[in-house]
Amino acid sequence: MKSDLISLYTILHKEVTRFLRIWTQTLLPSAITMTLYFIIFGRFIGSRINDIQGFSYINFIAPGLIMMAVITNSYSNVVSSFFGSKFQRNIEEILVSPTPTWVIIVGYAVGGVLRGLIVGLLVTLVSLFFTKLVIYNIILVILFVFLTSLVFSLAGLLNGIFAKSFDDVSIVPTFVLTPLTYLGGIFYSLSVLPPVWQFISQFNPILYMVNGFRYGFLGFSDISVTLGLSFLVGFVVILFWLNWYFIEKGVGLRT
Amino acid sequence: MKALSIHKLEKTYRNGVVALKGISMDVEEGDFFGLLGPNGAGKTTTIGILTGLVTKTGGTAQVFGKDIDKEFEEAKRLVGIVPQEMNFNIFEKVIDIVLDQAGYYGIPRDIALSRAEKYLKQLGLWEKRTVTSRTLSGGMKRRLMIARGLIHHPKLLILDEPTAGVDVELRRSMWDFLVDLNKSGTTIILTTHYLEEAEQLCKRIAIINKGEIIENTTKKQLLSQLNRESYVLDLLHGINNVPEILGVTITKIDESTLEVQFPSGKSITALFKELERHGIIIKSMRTKTNRLEELFLDLVEDKK
Ligand SMILES: Nc1ncnc2c1ncn2[C@@H]1O[C@H](COP(=O)(O)OP(=O)(O)OP(=O)(O)O)[C@@H](O)[C@H]1O
Ligand SMILES: [Mg+2]
Repeated sequence: MKSDLISLYTILHKEVTRFLRIWTQTLLPSAITMTLYFIIFGRFIGSRINDIQGFSYINFIAPGLIMMAVITNSYSNVVSSFFGSKFQRNIEEILVSPTPTWVIIVGYAVGGVLRGLIVGLLVTLVSLFFTKLVIYNIILVILFVFLTSLVFSLAGLLNGIFAKSFDDVSIVPTFVLTPLTYLGGIFYSLSVLPPVWQFISQFNPILYMVNGFRYGFLGFSDISVTLGLSFLVGFVVILFWLNWYFIEKGVGLRT
Repeated sequence: MKALSIHKLEKTYRNGVVALKGISMDVEEGDFFGLLGPNGAGKTTTIGILTGLVTKTGGTAQVFGKDIDKEFEEAKRLVGIVPQEMNFNIFEKVIDIVLDQAGYYGIPRDIALSRAEKYLKQLGLWEKRTVTSRTLSGGMKRRLMIARGLIHHPKLLILDEPTAGVDVELRRSMWDFLVDLNKSGTTIILTTHYLEEAEQLCKRIAIINKGEIIENTTKKQLLSQLNRESYVLDLLHGINNVPEILGVTITKIDESTLEVQFPSGKSITALFKELERHGIIIKSMRTKTNRLEELFLDLVEDKK
């Protein structure tokens, strides 16, 4: 057990060192993109939009923008790091060691969570230049951001396990994550959509994450917060199990 | 105690290539074991199965009695691996590569540090410990992988062609290092294409060809199977014509050097006398190295 913890710490340390070393590629881009979002959607356009539930538009979109940064960064940290290790074959260093599968999953996933949270914090700091921070329920804020980041880290790992080329690393973020995020209620309240789209949106998991997180800040949500939390926990369990199953089977790792 | 025991090990890759056709072999604790075979024979596949990088499709294997199906984590702790292909992160520092590997084995940092220092110093890499591994020369990269493979003090060290592309001087110093390691109790399995290397180092040798073990015996036994002796003779005076002697193949290498091959059992004094009759005086002689090479080719050729 002690041996497993040392191994876990080693993976985690390596992951954190990696994204800190290349911070211009890992931490900076989201901070810059989100600054632009705050300027354009918050200031320029936001000023012409009516308040939503008594909050200015910039206040309304801020939680979603933070969440967007957390999602992308958690996911891409794990998928690129894990695929990179496969590509350079240094993943073999872990595979030949007695490190158990759960340690590999937790190590990589927590690495992704840490990057997600650091970027999330940076974006939050940026948002302070444009709006003031309102917090309705700090516990919910933390729960939602942590679980969301964990879900996407685990999803990134799954992607990394199956990825065979660098193309496979960017397919999901481009064709799945980005659309789902933009349609995940960051920029609008569900009530502005026609009924059909309201119905379809219910199947977008990111909607629940964004709304739950926003609830923690502003105290209102388009969907049930409890349902959102349950979904998150469910996703964590399922994704953890899938990762465990495929790593044990040696998918993409053993020939 | 057997350091390694494999039984009817089979591997068919997903693309249908049959890499191992049910090989069995044992390696005794303390042995220096050579696994020889031509390209594609199945050496790396065998090693891959023992280290968890290749999934076997049949058979069993135990490392010091630990079955790789039932007690793989324990088995892994006992094995160190120096792979054929470079497989470390080229952006990381030399020392970090070694320390991280120790971490994966659960070795506390302070112990890892002192071991890393010991092995990097022994392998002449201590001065390079803070450089990015990408900037190492090919020979240094090999040595880095040896240090990495030893960091958890494995009882069995498996080296997959450790001296490929390493210059003669460095190869000798690596041999010395490995011999010392073996003397201090580490069982070593080595694959190589340099038969001279196997001849120098190994106590036992197995030859694998097309996924089958075609020979597994002591080096002595193997060499005694050679039915011909070859010597290189340096002559006192240059000669023009090569003499003909019944049953002996004589090849002129240059003016004053001859290579002679004759059946084992024939007296060498008799040969010398006959040469002397032809007016040839021998200044010195040496056995031809790479005798194993001939045998190896014979064996592999036979089974075709
Ligand atoms: N990942 C793989 N997928 C399919 N076939 C493979 C794979 N790896 C090896 N093989 C095949 O299995 C056979 C044995 O290969 P292996 O690498 O074990 O040989 P080797 O004895 O190590 O050769 P070398 O001396 O060239 O390193 C070869 O025919 C090879 O092409
Ligand atoms: Mg090989």
